[in-house]
Amino acid sequence: MSILARDLKLAARRRIESLLPVVFFLVAVSLFPLGVGPEPQTLRQIAPGIVWVCALLATMLSVNTLYSGDLADGSLEQMLRAPASAVAVALAKAAAHWLVAGLPLIVAAPVIGLLFDMSGPALTTLVVGLLLGTPILSLLGGLGAALTLGLRSGGMLLILIVLPLATPALIFGAGAVDAVESGLSASGHHSLLAALLIATLAGTPVATAAALRISTE
Amino acid sequence: MTQPRTPLTFFTFSSPPRFYAITGVLVPVFWALAVGLTAVGLWMGFFVAPTDATQGEVYRIIFIHVPAAWMSMLLYVVMAFWAAIGWAFNARLASMVARSIAPTGALFTFLALWTGALWGKPTWGTWWVWDARLTSELILLFLYLGYIALTEAIDDPRRADQAGALLAVVGSVNVPIIYFSVKWWNTLHQGASVSLTAAPKMATTMLTAMLIMSLAFWAYAFAVVFTRTRAMVLEREQSATWVQDLARRQQGALP
Amino acid sequence: MNWNSASEFFDMGGHGFFVWGSYAVCLAVMTLEPLLAAQRRRRALQQAAQTPHGAAAARDEEDA
Repeated sequence: MSILARDLKLAARRRIESLLPVVFFLVAVSLFPLGVGPEPQTLRQIAPGIVWVCALLATMLSVNTLYSGDLADGSLEQMLRAPASAVAVALAKAAAHWLVAGLPLIVAAPVIGLLFDMSGPALTTLVVGLLLGTPILSLLGGLGAALTLGLRSGGMLLILIVLPLATPALIFGAGAVDAVESGLSASGHHSLLAALLIATLAGTPVATAAALRISTE
Repeated sequence: MTQPRTPLTFFTFSSPPRFYAITGVLVPVFWALAVGLTAVGLWMGFFVAPTDATQGEVYRIIFIHVPAAWMSMLLYVVMAFWAAIGWAFNARLASMVARSIAPTGALFTFLALWTGALWGKPTWGTWWVWDARLTSELILLFLYLGYIALTEAIDDPRRADQAGALLAVVGSVNVPIIYFSVKWWNTLHQGASVSLTAAPKMATTMLTAMLIMSLAFWAYAFAVVFTRTRAMVLEREQSATWVQDLARRQQGALP
Repeated sequence: MNWNSASEFFDMGGHGFFVWGSYAVCLAVMTLEPLLAAQRRRRALQQAAQTPHGAAAARDEEDA
């Protein structure tokens, strides 16, 4: 897990850069009331959807350069030397991304709750959903980053190819908060989200490893 | 409807000139089939199938809406299959077929959405309805566009084919998950409770016409996909002797 | 027969716009797509005829 430690150290050194995703997240979320109107009832209703979509966008925008730095300085080639380690690399990079870019989003969620006047239970549900869902987004983003490594149109292309794959997480995560707000339990949604996380953990690093090989051969 | 492509064996796929020659014969046949089946299907659909009790005449859009939707879904799986074969066995032709399928699949998806909107407006009042089927179809369109965008963005053909194959396979695995989640999402938000495909029991003639049109679209898909693959073969094998000979023969034949 | 006259056929019970709008776009797409594909094939053939003989020279042309 030296890759993980290395990435975290790098992120710590570039603190401003590392905070960009969460700042983007807050800015993007705040745009919606400006576009939709300040009616509290409306905002409370659309809050979970907005949070999830903006979390998705923030993840996709920040995961773009996940591998490009390593490609540029030659360390990616070294990391991929042994066949087994490509999967470990994918997992480590996704974990690093989640810790640096995903976790801050979860920490920022209560602020969103304040802006959108979300109730206590709704906010708790949102946070739990994000805890389960943001790792999924980081993993999927990592796959996208590996596939689009070195391409000119990288950023937009990555978003286009990863977004359809991320829609189930979006649906279950935002739906959980809606369920709680209509008096139902969110356990169904969260169980599905957890199952999705396990499946993504099982499959995506392998696919990402394959993608890294394809992109660097 | 899900017959395997019997004339195409793996031997054919290993040889571009042979593939080019065989498809040269097959494409006109598929065109003839497509036109013939369309004529029969539409005749049945417009002149034999009765007026629907609830929807009147507008339901007749179904004869292109459902076949287009079916083809869009079938072609995605077929595309992923051939892309995977091309990746696993390093079979260039299989990869080329997969890449040729993508635009056709995307267009069928667009047609399904377009005809769905035109059917929905007079029947349910709005151009668009976020029901499970249409929403899934929309996401399928995004999956196609993503595949096309990725493969077109990579200059190296081999990397492009392989990256596309990986994306197509990942997409295929996700399609059931996506469909399930969209269905879940739709039943929770009981807004428009009608599904576009909740068509009441269909008369046999309607069903038959629809199936014939599906076969017609299938023949069309073969014809146009093979034409595109032939173009791709010529593009990629440009420096090969057989292509050069073919090109010069064509040039000589032209006035 | 379902239709008593040609105008009835085109009217489609008042929904002519929707029915024919669907079929027209379908026909347009399914005519344009094969035409473009055929054009691509012809262009590829023309390009091949223009490249000079010899695989090495042809490959250099492609890289340009």
